[in-house]
Amino acid sequence: MGTELSKAVVDGVLTGGVYALMAAGLTLIFGVMEIINIAQGIFVVLAAYLSYVLQVHLGIDPFIGLLITMPLMFGVGVLIEWGFVRRLKEQNKSALSILVTFAVAIVIEGILTQLFSADLRIIKAWYVDKSLHVLGFYLPYIYLLGFVLAVVLLAALYLFLYRSRSGKSIRASVQNRTGAELIGININRVSAITFGIGAAVTAAGGMIFGATNSFNPNSGYDLISRLLVIVVLGGLGSIGGALVAAVAALVIEDVTAVLWSPIWASTMFFAVLVVVLLVRPNGLFGQTAVRAQ
Amino acid sequence: MASSAVPADPLSGRGLSVARRVLLAALVLFAVVFPFVFTNPATTSIAMFTLLYVGASSAWNMFSGFTGYMALGNAVFYGSGAYAFANLALHLHLTGGAGVFALVPVAGVIAGLVALPVGWLALRTRRHTFVVITIAIFFIFQLLAYNLHGLTNGSSGMSLPIPPWDAQTYNTYFYLAALVVAVVAVTAAWLVRRSSFGLELLAIRDDEERALGLGVRTTKVKLATFVLTGFLTGMCGAVYAYYLGSIYPPFAFEAIFDVTIALMAFFGGLGTISGPVIGALILEPVQQYITLRFTAGGFSLIAFGVLFLLVIRFMPEGIVPSLAGLLRRWLRARAEAGASPQSSSSPPGAAVSAAGITGAVRP
Repeated sequence: MGTELSKAVVDGVLTGGVYALMAAGLTLIFGVMEIINIAQGIFVVLAAYLSYVLQVHLGIDPFIGLLITMPLMFGVGVLIEWGFVRRLKEQNKSALSILVTFAVAIVIEGILTQLFSADLRIIKAWYVDKSLHVLGFYLPYIYLLGFVLAVVLLAALYLFLYRSRSGKSIRASVQNRTGAELIGININRVSAITFGIGAAVTAAGGMIFGATNSFNPNSGYDLISRLLVIVVLGGLGSIGGALVAAVAALVIEDVTAVLWSPIWASTMFFAVLVVVLLVRPNGLFGQTAVRAQ
Repeated sequence: MASSAVPADPLSGRGLSVARRVLLAALVLFAVVFPFVFTNPATTSIAMFTLLYVGASSAWNMFSGFTGYMALGNAVFYGSGAYAFANLALHLHLTGGAGVFALVPVAGVIAGLVALPVGWLALRTRRHTFVVITIAIFFIFQLLAYNLHGLTNGSSGMSLPIPPWDAQTYNTYFYLAALVVAVVAVTAAWLVRRSSFGLELLAIRDDEERALGLGVRTTKVKLATFVLTGFLTGMCGAVYAYYLGSIYPPFAFEAIFDVTIALMAFFGGLGTISGPVIGALILEPVQQYITLRFTAGGFSLIAFGVLFLLVIRFMPEGIVPSLAGLLRRWLRARAEAGASPQSSSSPPGAAVSAAGITGAVRP
């Protein structure tokens, strides 16, 4: 039991990192634009299919393939922001944007179903089935690599937001949209970049997801529900909060699977949200007013 | 305040005008005789689903349209109503027949009871977080439907009593039941809207802090409406379950349902009484057609999604407010152009209320 438990904790931390990567885009987009991007779940699945296609048809390793899928997903994000989100009228924007991104998700799901059918797929590579044996744990390479990738990309995202000029514009827009506009920041450009980055980061998360889980076009629903729980737990708009929340929620899920039953593990994932909201209605790291205007 | 946008607010006139009463009676009469005129089972089936969505979308609009809180988890009540109905029929050992419909309000009450803790929890949060919480709670219920075998029989699903009606009249019973539920939902929305309670809901939508400061007990009012919405949506779910004959978690708790009813209300006109009705009457037959036309594969999903996108792109304010705006402009232009004194007897506000809008055009 003891080893099983500590293994569950380690697994939870490793998968939590990947979930944080998938949730980072969602919380970033919310932070800048106050838009809940329901399409984030299907973005993960789309990215997984892209990696799958590159690997199966062109023989490109999924990690190398990120050099192709991440820019591609960046383009998808920019396109969706430009094509649909930007065109919404200011009035009712936050409500309509949920419906728009949901509609986009349904269209992408339909296209994927048409192209790949509803059969379950999984990304295979030599490191997917192999494990590293340390301290009595068998750690699958893919989880380790995924966790490292998540840490590297989240760190890169952090550096980008805090050290680059574009990053500064994004943070300025998070703090005060009107003020940012007044000092000459092009909000449309920032929004497009944010959506693009949100989707690009998801591309990496999607590849790891596709290598560690079998997926089909329908997987987007389960993903978006989990990602929403994570970003609310962490406080909408907080990337660090999302990381902590993802790790905590995944550890709790894995531990529940060991201590109680795997059937109830995913229910527990959501129950955490209910409990936290009873105590802190704005999430673990949420502020009362995310944006003071 | 939103109502200030419409000078002659329908609230000032207590009842309905004679013309509207006649129109409404004709509409209900048409709805009642519909299944006896169009007897094709395919048609009555689509009509029944349309009425269920009229009810569910009106119920959604009563909470979300009036208060501005987007709830995207109403399938929780739809599914709860469906499973409550199935369990009641199972444990009471009922055989199929028209009498089973008596359980529909009971299932609605159970769904309303479900809405009480759900609403209490979700309404602790504001706006954006509220949306996400309702989505998350929806997924919790979907998971519970798979896991709570004692109540739902898990993924194997539950069977409901099969009515002994012949194929020709089978749909008619369900159609009439759905019609009753839809009429109840729309009437409830109308009664809420013209009460001071409804005004409190609108005040919350416009400025919650200010409403609170002016003495609106915001939490109580919101929760009460949320529960009423749960009750009405649950009744729709119960009829749905009885019609299907068997119920499974993914059908009872369907994510697309959450969004569809919201979209219908947006399409027709958010926060109006006739909006969700018109939205459902137009969109549900289209959806049913798409489903029947492209049964397999992703085409029906693509068609759904594109339909949704087109609606949001070209009708963001909804049909009712858009048409009301057009009518108002047209009347004003006519009043300015012509010197006819009669035209002044129909001020813009009256025209708006004739178009079925109930003072919910935002400034």
